[in-house]
Amino acid sequence: MHKLLSEKINEDLLMLGNEAIARGAVEAGVGFATTYPGTPSSELSLNLFQISRETDLYFEYSTNEKVALEVAAAAANSGVRTMCMMKHVGLNVAADPLVTLAYIGVTAGLVILTADDPAMFSSQNEQDNRYYGKLAGLPVLEPSSVEEAKEMTRAAFELSEALGEPVLLRTTTRINHSSAFVTLKEITPPVPKGNFVPAPMSYVTVPAVSRKLHVKLLDNLAKASALSDASDLNFITGQGPLGVICNGVSYLYAKDAVKDLGLEEQVKILRIGFSNPMPEWMIKDFIKGCKKVLVVEEGEPFMEEAVKAFAQEACETLPIQGKADDLFSRLSEFDPAMVRENMARFFDVPYTPAASVNTADLPEIPQRPPNLCSGCSHRATFYEVKKAAKAMDVMCPSDIGCYTLGFLPPLSMGDFVLCMGASVSSACGFSRATDKKVVAFIGDSTFFHSGITGLVNAVFNNHNFTLVILDNGITAMTGHQPNPGVDMDQMNLPGYNAISIEKLVRSLGVGHVTLIKPFKVKKSIAAIEEALAFKGVSVIISQEPCALHAKGLKLLKPRAFTVTDKCLDHRDCINEIACPSFYLDKGRVHIDADTCVGCAVCAQICPENAIMPLKKK
Amino acid sequence: METTRLIVVAVGGQGNLLASKVLGEAALLEDVPVRMSEIHGMAQRGGVVESAIVFGDAGSTIISDGEADILLGFEPSEVVRAMGRCNSRTRVITNTAPLRPFTVAIGQGVYPDVDGMMSQVRERVADLIAIDALALARQAGSPMTMNIVLLGALIASGALGLSRESVEKAIALRAKKAFVEMNLKAFRLGEGAVTTA
Repeated sequence: MHKLLSEKINEDLLMLGNEAIARGAVEAGVGFATTYPGTPSSELSLNLFQISRETDLYFEYSTNEKVALEVAAAAANSGVRTMCMMKHVGLNVAADPLVTLAYIGVTAGLVILTADDPAMFSSQNEQDNRYYGKLAGLPVLEPSSVEEAKEMTRAAFELSEALGEPVLLRTTTRINHSSAFVTLKEITPPVPKGNFVPAPMSYVTVPAVSRKLHVKLLDNLAKASALSDASDLNFITGQGPLGVICNGVSYLYAKDAVKDLGLEEQVKILRIGFSNPMPEWMIKDFIKGCKKVLVVEEGEPFMEEAVKAFAQEACETLPIQGKADDLFSRLSEFDPAMVRENMARFFDVPYTPAASVNTADLPEIPQRPPNLCSGCSHRATFYEVKKAAKAMDVMCPSDIGCYTLGFLPPLSMGDFVLCMGASVSSACGFSRATDKKVVAFIGDSTFFHSGITGLVNAVFNNHNFTLVILDNGITAMTGHQPNPGVDMDQMNLPGYNAISIEKLVRSLGVGHVTLIKPFKVKKSIAAIEEALAFKGVSVIISQEPCALHAKGLKLLKPRAFTVTDKCLDHRDCINEIACPSFYLDKGRVHIDADTCVGCAVCAQICPENAIMPLKKK
Repeated sequence: METTRLIVVAVGGQGNLLASKVLGEAALLEDVPVRMSEIHGMAQRGGVVESAIVFGDAGSTIISDGEADILLGFEPSEVVRAMGRCNSRTRVITNTAPLRPFTVAIGQGVYPDVDGMMSQVRERVADLIAIDALALARQAGSPMTMNIVLLGALIASGALGLSRESVEKAIALRAKKAFVEMNLKAFRLGEGAVTTA
């Protein structure tokens, strides 16, 4: 049985934040769940996927976030409690349905989880998705801890049903990827089917209907505002003339800081957990009588601006600050010492920061950037494209996935990365706006997510570039989730239909389609040369399973290679393909037999044929 | 309750997440409040991975510069890289077997001498325990048990208040069934390396 289905009520279980949210959804009786995986939200959907195989919960990995939210919108308007999960930038993709769904509303609870990533541990930006609450007119809830994440997920379903609107549950990486003990409560069995009652004047968003729905949305927002003011998700702790208003993980840092600075008798904290709409009257009441108010929030000054506006309305003139050159930044994430130091400065209390040891004269440690894995097929494809295009003036738009790492030297394949799917569409633009040969890279999952529309555009508008689809048969970066091209039978998951990328591409009328097996180096280079020479849109599909995933499925038995005495130290292996299994010892190249999986790409490019399979002892 | 802040630095794939979970379970067995945070995703593709574990009464799940009470290192150069997290009272326990970053092989940077690094760490912090945890892990049966060897060393150092019994129980709870015995052996080898040192 899945550990999150445990019926041991009141027992404490060590959970990741994402597991706590999954458990919260299960306790709330979620019957329907959709997602497109994205760090830091991925483990949440993985757990619900696993749970769906043991319960009546319906779960799907949707093609992209827009699709996920539209599928979810239907379920939530059929009376089924639904959760839709994505990373922060995923909500950009789903923004179209989000904003109009707010007009339509829901008949059963719909919780949309948006996992923001301040500091960009694995994202292309650090946007603050609380603004989507403002943009769409939807409630936003923000937990401060792993334990609270579970409770707040339950509360989000209740709130969604009380208002008849979707609710945004906004986390940050430090919630999703923190762990703590969480107390189990009773599970509500999922009900995955409901009924849709047609009511065109509520559901068909032609202008005449939407004008009425907008009025309804504003009414709901007013109700939400009253609920926010009355909500125990917004609460005050402590007392004193100095005020702190904070949300999310910043609350924990602020609470610790008050204690560390000995300010328990002087500082009161207003923790905002229901942050859109902000609790107007609670804030007006809180700041009345405060000498100063410090707003502690990562990201944008979302609360700070609201608090200042409320103060203006209430004719309060006290200093209210948060984001400032000498206080908090809009960049990156906070940490306990930063909050402590800024609190001390703002409230003018003495503080001596912890003295780090002297690091000035320590040796410089070589960088350890993330790298494509040993035996990663992307490395082989990048190498081959580079060889095939060596006489050309090439530029390479790339996309979001493990293969983004191909931009690092020595492969250096990746000149422009914007967002999911943009490799294909930006290739359209670069090939028109420059005279360079454009070669774009996209992974299988990203191609299904939003690369297809770009390719349709390319064929229709008769653009001229080569698209390389790096098909490793799985969504690798986020932890090996399925995508529409994946053979689910291979994972003992019946009931799916895999879509052939090749057939799809051919059906669009792409002028030149090539399949390569990237571990066959010479053959692949020759095939790529031909594709690059084609005028018009050519597509190369490079097929080889993700080595990490294949190892996990026991489809790949590593057989290590070794550098024999024939090596004359050209170092093409290291300098051109840079597989992390290589290392230097006493000036000689070696292969780490523990990590080499035996893709044999290095063996094929060694000018002396010095790299051979390691004989088993 | 006194707060103890532990930072674990490792390279992706060295098993620091399991080590953290074991310590978390052990803390629960002793009714010690515990919170941790870790980094997933792109950082795991052979990059540096760091977990923070906060024992005792604090809300924060991450640890600021200069505020680690204990630094547990899975790789010696990563300990040096993380020195800014330490103060003069920090206790450091580390594996000494290097895992050279790939950048060294392609000539971007030089991997410093391990003994030199260890003495530079030693003169800055309260206490350094440096063991070849990889060799002990191989002795236990698999290099994959290096994380548990280091837990053995950590517990034997007494830097953390948790008992060996709780950690052993937690290993039995968290490790894959087939590997429990091997991990317990690794744990004892790690302990032994400290108590006999």
